[in-house]
Amino acid sequence: MHLRRRDWLAGAAALCAVRPARAADLLYRRGNDADPETLDPHRSSTVAEAHILRDLCDGLLTYDNRGAIIPGAAQAGTVSPDGLTFRFDLRPDGLWSNGEAVTASDFVYSLRRILDPKTGAKYAEILFPIRNAAAVNRGEMPADALAVEAEGPLRLSIALEQPTPYFLELLTHQTALPVHRASVERYGESFTRPGNLVTNGPYRLRDRVPGGAITLEANPHHPAAAGLAIRQVAFLPTPDLAAAVRRYAADEIDSLADLPVDQIADLRRRFGSQVVLGPALGLAALVVNTRKAPFSDRRVRQALSLVIDREYLADGLNGGTMSPAYSLCPPGLDNYRTPPETAGRLGLPIDHEAEARRLLTEAGFGPGNPLTVEYRFNVSDNNRTVAVAIAEMWRDLGIRTRFVYTDAKTHFAYLRDGGDFDVARMSWIADYSDAQNFLFLLQSGNDGMNAGRWSNAAYDDLMARSAAERDLGRRADLLYDAETIALRELPWIPLMHYRSKALIAPRLHGYHPNLRNAAPTRFLRLAA
Amino acid sequence: MASLAVLVLIALACLIGPALTGHDPERAYPDLRQLPAGLTTQPDAAHLGPALERLAFRMRARLDAVARDGDSLRLTLGSDAGVDRRSLVYLPRSALFDAPEVVEERDSGRSLIVAVPLRRLHFPLGTDIQGRDLLTRCLVAGRISLAIGLVASLAALLIGVLYGATAGFLGGAVDAVMMRFVDVLYALPFVFFVILLLVFFRPSVLLMLVAITAVEWLDMARVVRAQTMSLRTRDFVRAAYALGLDARRIILRHIVPNTLGPVAVTATLLVPQVILLESFLSFLGLGVQEPQASWGVLIAEGARSIEAAPHLLAAPAAFLIATLVALNLLGDGLADALDPRAE
Amino acid sequence: MIRFILRRLAQAVPTLLAVITVSFFLMRLAPGGPFDLERPLAPAAMENLRRVYGLDRPLIEQFGSYLASLLQGDLGPSFSFRDMSVLDLIARGLPVSATLGALALALATGLGVSLGVAAALGRGGVIDRLLGIGAALTLSLPSFVVAPLLQIAFGLTLRWLPLGGWNDGAPSHLVLPVITLALPQIGALARLTRASLAEVLRTQPVRTMRSLGLPPARVTRHALRGALLPVVAYLGPLAAALLTGSIVVETIFGLPGIGRYFVEGALNRDYTLVMGTVLLVAGLVIALNIAADLACAWLDPRLRARI
Repeated sequence: MHLRRRDWLAGAAALCAVRPARAADLLYRRGNDADPETLDPHRSSTVAEAHILRDLCDGLLTYDNRGAIIPGAAQAGTVSPDGLTFRFDLRPDGLWSNGEAVTASDFVYSLRRILDPKTGAKYAEILFPIRNAAAVNRGEMPADALAVEAEGPLRLSIALEQPTPYFLELLTHQTALPVHRASVERYGESFTRPGNLVTNGPYRLRDRVPGGAITLEANPHHPAAAGLAIRQVAFLPTPDLAAAVRRYAADEIDSLADLPVDQIADLRRRFGSQVVLGPALGLAALVVNTRKAPFSDRRVRQALSLVIDREYLADGLNGGTMSPAYSLCPPGLDNYRTPPETAGRLGLPIDHEAEARRLLTEAGFGPGNPLTVEYRFNVSDNNRTVAVAIAEMWRDLGIRTRFVYTDAKTHFAYLRDGGDFDVARMSWIADYSDAQNFLFLLQSGNDGMNAGRWSNAAYDDLMARSAAERDLGRRADLLYDAETIALRELPWIPLMHYRSKALIAPRLHGYHPNLRNAAPTRFLRLAA
Repeated sequence: MASLAVLVLIALACLIGPALTGHDPERAYPDLRQLPAGLTTQPDAAHLGPALERLAFRMRARLDAVARDGDSLRLTLGSDAGVDRRSLVYLPRSALFDAPEVVEERDSGRSLIVAVPLRRLHFPLGTDIQGRDLLTRCLVAGRISLAIGLVASLAALLIGVLYGATAGFLGGAVDAVMMRFVDVLYALPFVFFVILLLVFFRPSVLLMLVAITAVEWLDMARVVRAQTMSLRTRDFVRAAYALGLDARRIILRHIVPNTLGPVAVTATLLVPQVILLESFLSFLGLGVQEPQASWGVLIAEGARSIEAAPHLLAAPAAFLIATLVALNLLGDGLADALDPRAE
Repeated sequence: MIRFILRRLAQAVPTLLAVITVSFFLMRLAPGGPFDLERPLAPAAMENLRRVYGLDRPLIEQFGSYLASLLQGDLGPSFSFRDMSVLDLIARGLPVSATLGALALALATGLGVSLGVAAALGRGGVIDRLLGIGAALTLSLPSFVVAPLLQIAFGLTLRWLPLGGWNDGAPSHLVLPVITLALPQIGALARLTRASLAEVLRTQPVRTMRSLGLPPARVTRHALRGALLPVVAYLGPLAAALLTGSIVVETIFGLPGIGRYFVEGALNRDYTLVMGTVLLVAGLVIALNIAADLACAWLDPRLRARI
């Protein structure tokens, strides 16, 4: 009782001190999905971490706020005619946040470190295009066998296994970011603590509270330091999206990187143009267990796919935050053509339904012998909504659906370990804008990712040939042919492509939704 | 008593209500999603328009004209490729219309005039995200919630009382061991225990019951033990002991009835706690599985869209609160009535 | 009394050991590991990670080395926060949760017990009825409903209080979470106190005291000592639960406490973090039970003999 009164008084007093905003110290409060696991770029794996690391570190190349690749720590580069050797010239004024110069050997050290098996990097395979990288990561070769060399204090050369058109983009990925050698060697595991962490990006780490905020401040040694409009940014985890929206509405957060999908219509009504949707590199699909009858029968898979009203799922249930997908690759990928499509977009839905019925009858199913499907998914609001809707659509064909849902870890572990299932929900967010990053998932032997264990020799052959193909046009054709096979056989039934969704406060300028989902703080501006 | 009447009413409603509302709890109306509570006949003008657009798109036809003719609509559908009559089946499938009838065909099939009767639907409490009637959902969910609440509480009660009374009465080393066991169970990560159960076995209502009972009996045991320990030294117990009654009879005949006061209270704290625990699990996504629902599941769904669709929270919450308040008040009355020393 | 405490602490050791063992093996039994993501890892990377963290060794060996490191005070590295050790995380988060929990406990106890006493004293009257309904109401609202409603009411509509964030424990940020945490317990404690006190007030000794003409306040105080027994018994586990934070409150209000570690740790299969939190809760439960038993003994002289 006494306490309560005191609380109230203190609270009332604190009201006066709420959020003073002085122009020079404007803090950009940035909603950022989940708490990062780590700030060590070589151990990182999530998009939330990528956003923070992009502000903290400069890779050889980096993104601007429109998703274009721009020079980072490297100011120029060349590639050999055979496409196998890259040389980069680092900018001479690149400095770490403790004032030391950024040199080529820093990058050599960093690339060796991430591929070293002892580091336990989750994403090492991104850099496998580098010659010997895979062998080093498997422990078959020592770290210095990696084909990365410092040819001078500011000149770096990297040799590849095969010509890789998306290699430059790989260098912008969080795994290719440099770490400060002396700090790592001195502090070991705790080199990422505030006070220990030395980075070469436009911002440096000021504080980190797990579950609270990660605060960055402008790095005075960075070449672009003088031009930074935002000098402090706090990354806030938003595990409960509805609560995050409330805080946004109360002006406690300046931008959100994810939105509660089932409230989109309401969000648009309340916030209008502050709701920003954009393209993204992601696919939501149903993986079908092709080893198991009757799902090993292509006709069954096609029937299942034909009656799904993807427009309703994307525009209706997801409020436009997803786009209907009739192909595996989303539109707009680099080095590719307009992707092929599976049947379903063109023509009359009623015809598709008739066709699906015919296919099922051919496969031996009908009113006397209904098809039962067990649909597995991981718990998340919209997964459930989508699942129920799809089951309704299948019900029109007389298919009975049963749901099994589990938490995310169980779901993915189950699929990875080859557990039994009929149809399972899966989603894939690509790391770089190339068709290969979608299509490689269905290659034989890619067990971790290819849960349905689909295997097609023609597909594998096309993928292998595309990896060795230097001509971009021919490569695109090979990939297109491969995707066509996949869309005819339907080991994965594509449902929707992701779109990026954000709430951007009117006082925040410079945000342009782009395919790479890049919004580096250095290009943003807060008007008071 | 008022509370008992309320409870019986709610229980009856949950049992027979769903059959009376005219909606199947799993029937989704894709065009009437997140409808607010109200008495307007659906589909109303605001929802009819978008519904017809969606259906026209599905039929790959243009909606050239719409005319209202009493309880039915005259639609003029057009398509350069000809309107396929088979597509008309989408109209009754949306559950907003009954069977359509082609009235006129023009332009060699490129224009079709269709008369379709409008259904009259009511959703007194609105609909949820999928477009399922919320009233029916709440009633059906109530069955599960009440079942879980009552059964789990009863089980926890029985186990807890027997365990606690025995431990408190016997005292000494036996008591120490028994209570250490309780401590160990208490310190276990409950959520993990539930995840394990949900993973090893098919998730179901039965599993929830087992999991919840396994946790809730601990509180009961503790309270009963404390009470027993102080009762043990009371005169009438000493007397019974001196008279040579064996421990089991003393526990059952003398201790247990005298603990009924706080036990009844703890028990009535238990049922709501159980139901709340179940709703917490649903909040985490570990609760009752689709297509079944419980009040916890509905409330968790509703809590996410408070600003967008407040009725999604208000309706199941109202049911829950009414039930829990009635239970609590009933328990109060029970505690007073069962008191062995009532004047 | 010292001997009692020491004896209980000694008894605590096997309890803790049992807790550690059961939790450890239970956790490992659940499918999925800490490295399974929405985005599947390449099998080579997965194997590598397991090797780096020693997860590929036989379970008994892992258990042994965990126990060994425990004895040195090392709770291990966290799997979901790979830059930090479990000890770090708990050290950072515990003050937050404990502050909120302690305030909530104080609020709930103070308000709940007072209201319960008032109800018992005015038994059958209007106050009693009203408090009964009030208690029932507070007990019926899940925290994940109360929290958003409070945010909307006081944060958005009235704009009196911030909606979230810790802000180093600034009082204005504490108000709503503490109220959310305390609310159901106010009701629970009120009921328990009322029932217990009402019963004691009708016992022979109390009636005797009344008929002897002793001042009501003294009678009440006397009665309270006995009546608070079940309340104190309830407070033991309650305190442990409140001090270790609530996932709902911390998630919705964005507070960096340890409440989330439990559930998220379990869902993420962060073995060491869950173990660390389990140890903490176990330790607190044991300690607070000892305290509760001591308090019971203080209240009821007849129980002192056992101590």
